[in-house]
Amino acid sequence: MVMLIISLIGFSIKRNIGDPIRDLVGERVTPEERAVIADKLGLNDPFFKQYTRFVKNVLHGDFGTSLIYRKPCLEVILKHAPATIELVLGAALIIIFISLPLGVFAALKPKHLFSKCIMGFSTLGVSIPVFLTAIMFIYLFSVTLGWLPSYGRGETVDLFNNGYWNSGLLTIDGLKHLVLPCVSLASIMLPLYIRLIRSEMMEVLETEYIKYAWAKGLAPTRIWLVHAFKNTLLPVVTVFGLQIGIMFAFTILTETVFQWQGMGFMFLEAIQRADISLLIAYLVVVASVFVLVNTVVDIFYGFINPTVRISGTK
Amino acid sequence: MSHLLDIQDLEVKFALRTGDITAIDGVSFVLDRGEKLGLVGESGAGKSVTGFSIINLISKPGYISKGKICFEGNEISSYSDEQMRKIRGNRISMIFQDPMMTLNPVFTIGFQMIETLQAHQKISKSDAREIALEKLKKVHIPSPEQRLSQYPHELSGGMRQRIIIAISLLTDPAIIIADEPTTALDVTIQAEIMDLLQELCESDNMALILITHDLGVVSQVTEKIAVMYAGKIIEYGSTDQVVKHPVHPYTEGLIKSIPGTVIKPGEDLVQIPGMMPTLTNIPPGCAFNPRCYLKGAICTTQTPELKDVGNGVSAACHMK
Repeated sequence: MVMLIISLIGFSIKRNIGDPIRDLVGERVTPEERAVIADKLGLNDPFFKQYTRFVKNVLHGDFGTSLIYRKPCLEVILKHAPATIELVLGAALIIIFISLPLGVFAALKPKHLFSKCIMGFSTLGVSIPVFLTAIMFIYLFSVTLGWLPSYGRGETVDLFNNGYWNSGLLTIDGLKHLVLPCVSLASIMLPLYIRLIRSEMMEVLETEYIKYAWAKGLAPTRIWLVHAFKNTLLPVVTVFGLQIGIMFAFTILTETVFQWQGMGFMFLEAIQRADISLLIAYLVVVASVFVLVNTVVDIFYGFINPTVRISGTK
Repeated sequence: MSHLLDIQDLEVKFALRTGDITAIDGVSFVLDRGEKLGLVGESGAGKSVTGFSIINLISKPGYISKGKICFEGNEISSYSDEQMRKIRGNRISMIFQDPMMTLNPVFTIGFQMIETLQAHQKISKSDAREIALEKLKKVHIPSPEQRLSQYPHELSGGMRQRIIIAISLLTDPAIIIADEPTTALDVTIQAEIMDLLQELCESDNMALILITHDLGVVSQVTEKIAVMYAGKIIEYGSTDQVVKHPVHPYTEGLIKSIPGTVIKPGEDLVQIPGMMPTLTNIPPGCAFNPRCYLKGAICTTQTPELKDVGNGVSAACHMK
């Protein structure tokens, strides 16, 4: 359903922006010849007929040809996707491994000086936009200290030897190149997560079942890290699922600043050069990633929350 | 021989921004092995706080400001958190008010039972499972094997309260503190749960502190009763005596407000006029004086002490 609506929006854009015939044959063509070509391409058909044709092609993996790259759109996107996926993955890992311990700590010891520092920095972090953080990181770590490279993906390895997945994860140089973009991308979500986890955890700690866990004489670490933690995770996982999709969108900024050859970078290029087929393909692909990620998260949610498990599955 | 539980002059305060307020003011009582005590009073009288202070689990910002709690001859009110943890859920178990909220929704019954045993004993999972099964049978839960792998939301309120009782039995405690264990349940289930608690205490020689506002329940189950009002015990003695011949006007009022006791069918129930004062607003002298029909001049100036009024009952009233 979601996919259908997105593709419809995308397709409407295609129909209304730009003139495909001019793109194809240039301007020195008589109106009569144009009419012939338009007829041949089916551009005079009613909107709905054109749309069904588009959907049919998309279902067969055909998004049309990209203007800039002169290759099928899907191929172009698939070649750019790994860079973005690695970026989002790295950022997601940073978020998980930093926000969980910090959020939990801030919830357990709200009066501790360190917790107050965490909360202070997280407010600061939320209010600084990602491109500013990115530029500051480049200035500090690349220009001043010279520790980390400031642009590009560095040395990559063709993961499956088919030219699609060029991974930066396997070489030290590639990993070095990943650090700054990932941290920048994570910086926008990280403070939100710390706050979310903290407030959820504090709420859970006030519940009756946590009080009962104390009354049962369980050890404090067990109460915090087993009983309270699992209940804290439930809402956090839901939000995280939604946010991963949004992170794909945020990559546009990060990738631009770091000249990262991913999908966001490609998207901007496509906008600048009015490569409408590629734009629509990007929209549809990102939408499907969104749907896919949410489905995976929902399934995972079912594993940690017994109340949503379908009763027939036992 | 010393008492199983001996509480002397317990005082609990809550540290608020505007200053400390006293929730429990000089409460003393004793409990022997296998004895059943009812703590009765209105909401806010300090019954639950008394119960929780025994296992030192008063919600923040409450704290014990004075007094001694001795359990099996040891002064547990001076224990460290870790020492106290070994007593909680082990020697003194607690049953909470609302069974729908007490069990952690994301863990199975078996998990929550086994972890309790493992928190207090070095015991293998399968041995713990055996004990859990045995206790589930003891609280008359049908198909206990199956229950162990179920989650709390799959069970009814009465069933969950039985499971909580089973959890409290796991380590064969000396005392069970039941904080309004039947308030959140249907009337028919209430009776079953009370019968069960009574039966278990008698068969295992466990002591019970039953916290409730229901005098009817207390009179059926317990041997001793302590009536609380505004943080103080105002009448204390054998349940039989207190229910039949209440001394304090407040206790008397409570009993007259229950259908079918002193008041015959057809007669109007007697209401105690007014409301219990809030803790920040306790009147001088006897806290009950604004609502009391026996009120004299001394009642508004001097706080009455608990004194012996015969038949093993003590009451805090100037007029008796």
